[in-house]
Amino acid sequence: MMNSNKLEKVDSRDAKLSMAYFYVAFIALALGGLAGLLQTLVRSGKVVLPWGIDYYQVLTVHGVLLGLVLTTFFIMGFQFALISRTTGTFTNGARITGWVGFWLMTIGTAMAATMVLLKEASVLYTFYAPLMAHPIFYIGLTLVIVGSWVAGGSMIATYAKWKRNNPGKASSLLTFMAIINTFMWIIATLGVAATVLIQILPWSLGLVDTIDILVSRTLFWYFGHPMVYFWLLPAYMCWYAIVPKIIGGKIFSDSLARLSFILFLLFSIPVGFHHQLVEPGIDPAWKYIQVVLTFMVIIPSLMTAFSLFATFESFGRSKGAKGLFGWFRKLPWGDARFVVPFIGMLSFIPAGAGGIINASHQMNAVIHNTIWVTGHFHLTAATAVVLTFFGISYWLIPHLTGRVLTKAMNKLAIIQGIVWTIGMSFMSGAMHAAGLLGAPRRSSFSEYGGAAQAQEWIPYQIAQAVGGSILFIGIILVLIIFINLAFFAPKGETEFPVGEVADGAEKPPLVFENWKLWLGISAALILFAYTIPFIDIIQNAPPGSKGYKFW
Amino acid sequence: MKMHLDEKIWLGLSFGMIMIFMLITGYQGFALEMGPPSHKETIDPQKVDQTAPFDQPGIKQIGENEYEVVMTLQIFSFNPANIEVPAGSTVHFTMTSKDVVHGFQVANTNLNAMVMPGHITKITQKFDKPGKYLVLCNEYCGAGHQVMSTTITVK
Repeated sequence: MMNSNKLEKVDSRDAKLSMAYFYVAFIALALGGLAGLLQTLVRSGKVVLPWGIDYYQVLTVHGVLLGLVLTTFFIMGFQFALISRTTGTFTNGARITGWVGFWLMTIGTAMAATMVLLKEASVLYTFYAPLMAHPIFYIGLTLVIVGSWVAGGSMIATYAKWKRNNPGKASSLLTFMAIINTFMWIIATLGVAATVLIQILPWSLGLVDTIDILVSRTLFWYFGHPMVYFWLLPAYMCWYAIVPKIIGGKIFSDSLARLSFILFLLFSIPVGFHHQLVEPGIDPAWKYIQVVLTFMVIIPSLMTAFSLFATFESFGRSKGAKGLFGWFRKLPWGDARFVVPFIGMLSFIPAGAGGIINASHQMNAVIHNTIWVTGHFHLTAATAVVLTFFGISYWLIPHLTGRVLTKAMNKLAIIQGIVWTIGMSFMSGAMHAAGLLGAPRRSSFSEYGGAAQAQEWIPYQIAQAVGGSILFIGIILVLIIFINLAFFAPKGETEFPVGEVADGAEKPPLVFENWKLWLGISAALILFAYTIPFIDIIQNAPPGSKGYKFW
Repeated sequence: MKMHLDEKIWLGLSFGMIMIFMLITGYQGFALEMGPPSHKETIDPQKVDQTAPFDQPGIKQIGENEYEVVMTLQIFSFNPANIEVPAGSTVHFTMTSKDVVHGFQVANTNLNAMVMPGHITKITQKFDKPGKYLVLCNEYCGAGHQVMSTTITVK
């Protein structure tokens, strides 16, 4: 559908760059997944870790590797491939910039990981002050963020060059989506960069004695919520613009897809207070205003749900499906590239509903910091997002390595999706249930002095360990498929599917690429939501806190 | 930009539901005072022991069936611990942390709040049903986080 054939295949030099990001992402999956398995085993009360390994150290490994490293590396690798495929090969300069970003992120990851393994940084991946880790941990995380800015800058520059050379033309939908996600990430990470560089690093280096806790937490959560949308949007890219091609259908509406991504850019960021609802020191009116803004971000997700099922239904009907749900049977249930992301889509229905509960102002008190929340983001991030990433890998990795997904591997990939569904139903289901009964998240096994209430939680914790073990089998299966596709699968050509818009559909209005307008509105919303409460937090700040190492 | 009629209906209904939900939430939060704890008083986290009322943590009866609990949280304990109140009591908790961020959660109630160094958290609960309630820290605070607990006994 695009202008020329040379776009059909990702240039081999760009492919190498993408693959570098994917290698790190899948190593992180292996190690982070193992850490997750150990956590569920410890929490069942049946297993004690050997060699003095601490539960919270393992928890930090799990959160940092899967929440930060797997996601960011996978997304960067995916977006480089997307832009190369739909906008054109990267220039040498842009590609070198992409490599600089890769090495900064990798070195940063290694620094942070070393400190965690040396037990100098058991602060979990949210690193809330005044728990104080070794400064090298924070420097490492800073390099990961800065590296992602460099990589993102390379993508934005490539897009800007295309725009200059093609005035008056709309960019490809997938490139547009990748650029929105990159802008959102850069705006969001300014918050975490500010707290690390201005507050935490000078304090952990001993240059200043104390730190303002509430300012640091507020800056962290200014970043923390758009971070989860940064994970989600690449999954949406696949659902909107790639899955239609895989099933043989058309994109429902290019314009509405772009509109929903713009709404994500606007409403993902000014909402961080909904993670701080039960905290002192924040004006209740501003908490409520940010709750309302949080609910605005439901709209683009509902648009997405509509578009996806509209695509599925019109495809099924074009194949002669009858009745209300006859189209459902026409979908390609034997194709892992479709089935695995489809399971992800379905999981987003209960996942999204749970998220609405979490953000619901006073209702938050029922589940705040209980293991319900862990159950929630294992449906969003660890099912909807991650299964879609796996589904992407099943065609993208062989496309980049010049190999093919064999029938046997396709079958294994579908089995993997089913294993994941079973494991996650046990684990996330038991987490939701135990959370409603009051079981806290991020806590090692405890009988809480023999309390009767805590006894009720233990069967659910055993169910979590069963689910966690099944999920770990799922991770092994993914790694087998990844290694096969990267090194051993038969040589051949694999399609990089890019969806086409239905015939006769209108062209997307150019106003969607008026970045001054959208970034301006985004900045205005952020300033509206944060200026007054943030000044209030600073003006009424208590004396700061010293650092503590309690592990 | 064209939008399918079905999609307009879908989004119109969803948006309407969200707005009604937000109005109800706002009404409950502000008019019925069911909003989350958002007390704004501060304290020097290095001088908690010397600052009233935290120089004398404990439980005090302040009215018929009404109690005030002044509590400090520190690794890995609550002070005072093992509180007892009669059934039907309304208890006002006033809390701060002497070190890192802790959580104050009482299982099977809506008591759930962050307790942060430098800030004072206030939260109120009426205990109608007799029983032994588990109080626990729900924010990671160090190696002994999972043993940080106590009880509230309602008689």
